[in-house]
Amino acid sequence: MSFRTVIVLVLAGAALCARAAEPLTVAVYPNLDEAIRLVTPLWKQRHPDVPLRFIARNYVDHHNAMTTALAAGSGLPDVMAVEVSYLGRFAAGGGLTDLAAAPYQAGRLRDRFVRYAFAQAENSGRIVAIPTDIGPGGMFYRHDLFSRAGIPEADLAISWESYLGAGRKLKATTGAFLLAHPREIKDIVVRAGLKDGDGLYFSATGQILVDTPRFVRAFTLARAARVAGLDARLTPYSTEWNAALRTGRVASQPGGAWLAGHLEDWLAPGTSGRWRVAPLPGGSGAAWGGSFYAIPAASRNKALAWELIQLLTLERSLQLAAFKAPRLNAFPALRAAQDDPFFAQPVAFLGGQRARLYWRDAAASMPALVVNRLDPLAEEVVNAELDHVLDEGKDIAVALADARRLLERRMRRP
Amino acid sequence: MNRARERAPYLFLAPFLLLFLAFGAFPPLFAAAMSLFVWDPASGYASARFVGLDNYAFALTDPWFWQSCGNTLWLALAAGVPQHLVALPLAFWLHRHAGRARHWLLGAYFLPFITASVAVSLTFATLFSTEYGVVNQALRALVRLPLAPDWLHDPALIKPLVALVVFWRFVGWNVLLYVTALQSIPPTLFEAAALDGAGSWRQFRHVALPLLRPTILFAATLSLIGGLQLFEEPYILTQDGRGGSGGAAATTAIYLYRTAFDFGDFGTAAAMSWLLFLAIAGLSWGAHRLFRRGDAA
Repeated sequence: MSFRTVIVLVLAGAALCARAAEPLTVAVYPNLDEAIRLVTPLWKQRHPDVPLRFIARNYVDHHNAMTTALAAGSGLPDVMAVEVSYLGRFAAGGGLTDLAAAPYQAGRLRDRFVRYAFAQAENSGRIVAIPTDIGPGGMFYRHDLFSRAGIPEADLAISWESYLGAGRKLKATTGAFLLAHPREIKDIVVRAGLKDGDGLYFSATGQILVDTPRFVRAFTLARAARVAGLDARLTPYSTEWNAALRTGRVASQPGGAWLAGHLEDWLAPGTSGRWRVAPLPGGSGAAWGGSFYAIPAASRNKALAWELIQLLTLERSLQLAAFKAPRLNAFPALRAAQDDPFFAQPVAFLGGQRARLYWRDAAASMPALVVNRLDPLAEEVVNAELDHVLDEGKDIAVALADARRLLERRMRRP
Repeated sequence: MNRARERAPYLFLAPFLLLFLAFGAFPPLFAAAMSLFVWDPASGYASARFVGLDNYAFALTDPWFWQSCGNTLWLALAAGVPQHLVALPLAFWLHRHAGRARHWLLGAYFLPFITASVAVSLTFATLFSTEYGVVNQALRALVRLPLAPDWLHDPALIKPLVALVVFWRFVGWNVLLYVTALQSIPPTLFEAAALDGAGSWRQFRHVALPLLRPTILFAATLSLIGGLQLFEEPYILTQDGRGGSGGAAATTAIYLYRTAFDFGDFGTAAAMSWLLFLAIAGLSWGAHRLFRRGDAA
């Protein structure tokens, strides 16, 4: 056999193998790679001839890569994980398969998921993704510090005024800051009182809402916290913020259910038993994050991609496994998974609190909001104006009027 | 045979040419084309619509773009000018007086330049941390401060801090350039000046500086280009991915990146990148003209 024959045979063999086992590609961000690992054994049983190939990039890189791939229309996976803050941008165009249409008809699945989460993926009749995990919010607080200052949990939850009052007392007695940054107050207050079908920065019909009373109140409360010296002026997820949570310099931190896992896992592992979760002040409802799976329109394997997504999101045992996996701690978006006895079990890190029941109720009462593709820009505009108010004493009415003007300029764009 | 010989050079050049065309020439040209269109990134190029120079008009009337240009220019000057004011005398001293220690010292000054900018920025962020940073600890030990300076979050302090980091990173690179240039000046010139009674300062001022003119132009141009493209240092030091409180240290490079990837407006981002290129080209040309005119006089 000549050398040339060998080469030809090897190449032919390789081509055959490649054809026989064209994998289903899944692009995710951490720790959703863990969810893909959990589903792999089941997938292998069903489709021994189609291996799953997943690409995990860090959160920002993943979404940048997906943005570029969608813009170019190439290099797209068969299944794409999308975090909720990118959903509005990705949903606006035609780059993702409309799952409301046949053969998917995902509309019939609506009632099986937490209402607000499913609505986040709906955009003028189209359904661009299916929710897998959610982040219903609560106020995480250092029970030991607040107890030492003689502040009951109710003071944190009754109203924003009582929350700030508790912060003053806490600082006077323990020296600890109430929270990391007043932006966190603003982020919750702007969501207060919203109903199904409302939008955060833009109404369902695209009207700008950044100078409405919600924003005035949010800015006023944020400024009050800064003026009273209650915030540690820290950026969440900076090194200093992390240290402050570990040492108790910051005594409360609003966040999604997953924050409990992050605190226990890497943010403040030495503080087990000292944290609790309280309802957000004044009965506010807010969620932090949430993951979805979508099928790019360019996928060549849509049937299998849809099957995988259904496994990941509708299979009760997998949704529960993803919630129980310590690294993943993905709060299930599937309602059927939420009546498992696991929800009533005490959470050791939270001093035995049955916090999962609280999160479940919080998720059920969250309104289903309308997302807009300009939401990320609006958030930045509002944050920048809040910075001017907090750092430079800019008048709140002027700041919000400026925010509106900046957004109007963008919206005039074709 | 002859033909093959004629073609051979192109064949040998092909790997470079292909790489250059793919990664050097294509991206900017493609960006130039992109800057004339508006489209929704999630819909792909199919949704692109030609808008002429509209993206440029939008960028030029965008207050945030101008704020970022102001920040960039401020940082380029505040980090760039001191680099050369320190590097020139330092290089002269190393060349004339440091003796054998010269190589060690030069190596030490050069070290920050070859260290990854991300590592440098993270280290400085730790040093200047409000609560736990060494700098504030030292300040507290030396003077009684009513309130510790909040280097990383105070919009008035973050810009000088970024400038300091950039200065620290690149001063060694400029020292190296100047030492190399000084080595090419015949030592007899310095000896003759010494015989005429010129001390160190006059040798530096009247012998070294005039002969270093071409190198100064070269080094200053490099600082200008690097300064106007500044991205990593402010991006990491501000820790929030948005260029600090109120965008206090958001450079044009950071802002155009955000315009594309955070705000989904690739067309305007491409237009901004070309405006940035034109500004860099114009300023470099201006600097060149300024020095040439000085030569003629």
